[in-house]
Amino acid sequence: MIKRLTVVVGGLAALMTVATPVLAQKQGGTLRATHRDNPPSASIHEEATISTVMPFMSVFNNLVMFDPKEKLNSADKIVPDLAESWSWNADKTKLTFKLRQGVKWHDGKPFSAKDVKCTWDALTGRAAEAQRDLIRKNPRKVWYSNLKEVTVGSDSEVTFTLGRPQSSFLPMLAAGYSPVYACHVTGREMRSKPIGTGPFKVVAFKRGESIKLVRNPDYWKKGLPYLDGIDWKIVPNRSTRVLGFVAGEFDLTFDSDITFPLLQDVKSQAPHAVCEARTTNVNTNLIVNRDAPPFDNPKLREALVLAIDRKPFNDVLVQGKALIGAAMLPPPTGKWGMPPDELATLPGYGQDIAKNRAAAQAIMKSLGYGPDKPLKVKIATRNIAIYRDPAVILIDQLKQIYVDGELDAVDTTVWHTKVQRKDYAVGLNLTGIGVDDPDVNFYENFHSTSSRNYTGYKNPKVDELIDMQSAEADRAKRLKIVGEIERLLVKDGARPVIFHGIANTCWQPAVKNLVLQHNSIYNSWRLESVWLDK
Amino acid sequence: MGSYLTQRALLMVLTLFGMSVLIFVMLRLVPGNIADILVDSAGIVDPVEKARIVKDLGLDRPIIDQYLQWIFGLARGDLGFAYVSERPAIEEIAPRIPVSANLALLALIYSVILGVPLGVISAVRQNTGLDYFLRVVSLSGLSLPSFWLALLILMASVQWFGMIPMYTSEPRSFIDEFLLLSVPAAAVGFRSSALIMRLTRSSMLEVMRQDYIRTARSKGASQTSVNYQHALRNALLPVVTIIGIEAAFLIGGLIVTETVFNIPGVARFLVEAIVWRDYPIVQNIVMLIAFVTVMVNFLVDMAYMALDPRIKYAD
Repeated sequence: MIKRLTVVVGGLAALMTVATPVLAQKQGGTLRATHRDNPPSASIHEEATISTVMPFMSVFNNLVMFDPKEKLNSADKIVPDLAESWSWNADKTKLTFKLRQGVKWHDGKPFSAKDVKCTWDALTGRAAEAQRDLIRKNPRKVWYSNLKEVTVGSDSEVTFTLGRPQSSFLPMLAAGYSPVYACHVTGREMRSKPIGTGPFKVVAFKRGESIKLVRNPDYWKKGLPYLDGIDWKIVPNRSTRVLGFVAGEFDLTFDSDITFPLLQDVKSQAPHAVCEARTTNVNTNLIVNRDAPPFDNPKLREALVLAIDRKPFNDVLVQGKALIGAAMLPPPTGKWGMPPDELATLPGYGQDIAKNRAAAQAIMKSLGYGPDKPLKVKIATRNIAIYRDPAVILIDQLKQIYVDGELDAVDTTVWHTKVQRKDYAVGLNLTGIGVDDPDVNFYENFHSTSSRNYTGYKNPKVDELIDMQSAEADRAKRLKIVGEIERLLVKDGARPVIFHGIANTCWQPAVKNLVLQHNSIYNSWRLESVWLDK
Repeated sequence: MGSYLTQRALLMVLTLFGMSVLIFVMLRLVPGNIADILVDSAGIVDPVEKARIVKDLGLDRPIIDQYLQWIFGLARGDLGFAYVSERPAIEEIAPRIPVSANLALLALIYSVILGVPLGVISAVRQNTGLDYFLRVVSLSGLSLPSFWLALLILMASVQWFGMIPMYTSEPRSFIDEFLLLSVPAAAVGFRSSALIMRLTRSSMLEVMRQDYIRTARSKGASQTSVNYQHALRNALLPVVTIIGIEAAFLIGGLIVTETVFNIPGVARFLVEAIVWRDYPIVQNIVMLIAFVTVMVNFLVDMAYMALDPRIKYAD
């Protein structure tokens, strides 16, 4: 009996060894990664682009972070980073962090609670005169509109005081967009050669050429990072980037750089490459200038919403793999979006496209437009393929409701400026969401006080509901309010979402332990646990 | 001769001054400035933050002040600060100049050493199979866009050799650099070599019908001597002119080639600086290009004298 048991146990152990081979992490090697363009700066707090977050996130630490081992970011998967622990007071308005001791900045100076205070004072416009330049632009100011003050208890304790309870506050601090900055250096340094406490140090940021990072030997997580360094090569030409990856010059492609048509090429030329498709939480949406005729008329905006048939966008651009949803990323990767049956009840989302279009045509006719008298309009968009391609499909679809669109491809560097000036009628836009969280999305893009609410959308009821859901601690109740906001946004034609993007990131088989998160592209680039099996 | 050189020097200064005014004004006529673009890159449109950036960069000062500050700085060797990287412009531009200069020089050498002999061969073997073949090759050189050719080279390298001739790390030696730049230089120089070949051919054909060529032949000079010592020297005058012009045009070709082969040269950097409206970078690089063009033209004029002793620049 014992013999038989021994055989069974031994067999099981052998099977487990075969089924899940455990590879010992290897220290050393330089990860060679491609970068698609020149990051506007290295200062994560000042930018709103993956071009900055992806190469520079590994230079910094946050107070807390989304568990890097998890595929989905969520509030219950937040792990300590520079904060060892945290606690809320009874009414959930004071969040106190106990900070790690002995952490050093890359220049050897000690990290302390003062750095945390200084970072968030700069983000909320309360910085002392000497630190005013630390953050010159602040695209996520609205994230911290509920933050009243940051107080230092001791070198290792800091407290964030909120105006009211906000369950999204901790997830926002866990975002890749929320690193702690060194306050003894200038903003200019943070933009060109930043100092952090993270696993990698910046050696050089050569514009248009490369970003070179090396292992931080004094990193406070003992034994990490595994890599000796990361070499980001800026290769603006996508064909060259992909060919370089196929030829083995690079270990990792830029995030979401491999479209589905390109994926076939990569797989045929580099069959061993590991490629992972993931939803990006970057949505393609329609923006309408609601302050100028003729689109100041809500009926006309409603007609546009009804004219959109999402399936062709999905089929043509991403081979049917995108998620269709409203403002929030829908399930299965989205934590807050509407399920398909509920989504189908929203205007323009039903399966009966012909019926929607007939309703839109009726509206257009009631406003005096028709086949013989179409509404001529320019469809503005950034002059980049991921913007232009859906804009062309949109123009085609709008023809169905007597809107004669003409593509207005705008120089990408002045796109937001043009939108801000309201120098457009209808536009096609892409919006990236830093964290799959209602506060992040709604406050940033739809609240009347946000500087990133490009269309100037203003609905006091929506503002009120945004605040209400933000203060709600019960997830089920909050989800209900979030659904109500989504419904109102669709009804108001506030940046109607066409589809939620999906794309591939590829790496060579030697790259191990790289975990991509599937409900945001911005939070998984610490790279401290990645190693090379070479 | 001395007076001629003085006149040319003055003309060069005047041309450069005109260029400086032109580029300074034109840059500011393009919609959007660096402040627009910096806030745009952050996806925000906060007028207060934008106004602070405008003030910090001195863009709110009168345009004449800005121009004078730049031009006097330039005269002192101070190129100002790059807006985007916030580093001295000289530190951004200087390391990229040798990369582009070497690439341009190599491309020019390729185009001359290929274009001139092939042009001569094509002329002396007029209407033979070789002539037709060379004419087709040169026509394709003129017709193929350099970005397409460059991409084709990259794809073929990956497909057949499993490697890619792109610039991924700084070359460690002269040989390394030569090998690294050879393929891109060939891609960018192909068009110029085709042009030079066609011009050499037609110029040679014209010269070879001259009386003095017949005289040389009747004196018993060898075919090689007739072709290269008598005919080519006189046929080279228009070729030298076109080489001078091509040297300036190469900059345009370099932009594409540097992008496709990912070479961190000054031409690609110029395009990026234009996109960002990084005035100090654009102004200084354009002035550098203008200076090089003016100098090349001057050298071409001087070369005429060396090639044809009958040409004299009078005092």
